[in-house]
Amino acid sequence: MALSNVLETPAAGFNFDNAARNAALEGLFERGQAPKPLKTGTTIAGVVFKDGVVLGADTRATSDEVVADKMCAKIHYIAPNIYCCGAGTAADTEKTTDLLSSNLTIFSLNSGRNPRVIMAVNILQDMLYRYHGQIGANLILGGVDCTGNHLYTVGPYGSVNEVPYLAMGSGDLAALGILEDGFKLDLELEEAKELVRVAIHAGIMSDLGSGNNIDICVITRQGVDYIRPYQESEFKDNRKIKYRYRPGTTPVMTEKVVPLKLEVVQESVQQMDTA
Amino acid sequence: MLLNLLDTRGLRSQLKDSVPVAGLCPHGAYGVQDSLRSGFSSVKNELLPSHSLELSEKNFQLNKDKMNFSTLRNIQGLHAPLKLQMEYRAARQIQRLPFLQSSNLALDTLRGSDEAIGFDDILNDPAQSEMMGEPHMMVEYKLGML
Repeated sequence: MALSNVLETPAAGFNFDNAARNAALEGLFERGQAPKPLKTGTTIAGVVFKDGVVLGADTRATSDEVVADKMCAKIHYIAPNIYCCGAGTAADTEKTTDLLSSNLTIFSLNSGRNPRVIMAVNILQDMLYRYHGQIGANLILGGVDCTGNHLYTVGPYGSVNEVPYLAMGSGDLAALGILEDGFKLDLELEEAKELVRVAIHAGIMSDLGSGNNIDICVITRQGVDYIRPYQESEFKDNRKIKYRYRPGTTPVMTEKVVPLKLEVVQESVQQMDTA
Repeated sequence: MLLNLLDTRGLRSQLKDSVPVAGLCPHGAYGVQDSLRSGFSSVKNELLPSHSLELSEKNFQLNKDKMNFSTLRNIQGLHAPLKLQMEYRAARQIQRLPFLQSSNLALDTLRGSDEAIGFDDILNDPAQSEMMGEPHMMVEYKLGML
């Protein structure tokens, strides 16, 4: 076996070895045939109401013209009081929110405090700016902490905005229209949920990249209510018959039983302390 | 400064981390240019990074440390970064042999990176790398004898 000519151990983290090859291959493929990452093509929205924050998202994940996932979960858990909707490249949003959640858990274990939304935003901002937008994650962070109810948006280059209502993704124009029209300060819970639902619905109707069901996540000081799905799409396909086969449908031709010979090699008995 | 005093031949290899060395060995495995993965060999390929993030990621930790030390120097005076850098140097010397993976626990604690998870903890973990370098060559490279 030949040992390779490695002079230093490879650095941890991203590996750019294939970047030159990918750039060369990009030119070889005809237009539009190069493999593309799975994008979510989404409508996500968030609204701050009197007692907390409501986040909403559709559930379609597309890969160019094909719907890759009809029940994609776009509302990710960050901390018990912070949730995050992600638009953009699906893998990037997943991994980034996972890392963020792990960092905040370490922090809260170390300090014994609940994390604040602004901490999550700062960590995300640093992480995304470091990679200069190569990580395609557009995120809406919403949460309730000791300083109040917050809703932030973080762009792929690390730009941050704090806003009372927000929509992102490819369907954001339609959703934002509904939100602009219907938003008032200090909404009630049911009004806020209805507003977000209508906004996401508008995004689903007007955008090809959004569709299927609507998920809603309500975050309040008392806790989190993750309703998935809040509203199912009318065009859900109903299977007409059951496709499960009865046991015995396939006839058994031959049967051969080979008993496994097991030897007892070691036996140790540990007495339980029943006091 | 401290760097001049300690710049013996053995520690020269530490500088290689910040400057990409061209022509020392072709990028492919087994020392031969790997045309399938990296294309035909050209000077441009070896000198310039192929991805916009490559250089910035390679030097990220170094640049971050430099920035922190210079801020510390401006706020607290020269003694603060000097003392810290002394501790860093001491911690960096607690390593296994070059071809074995060391945990760098002391260095992590000093930097504060034992309480943070980033992409370099998940992706391309050196402890699980599939290729092993030739031990003799790696030790010679580290000592500057190669």
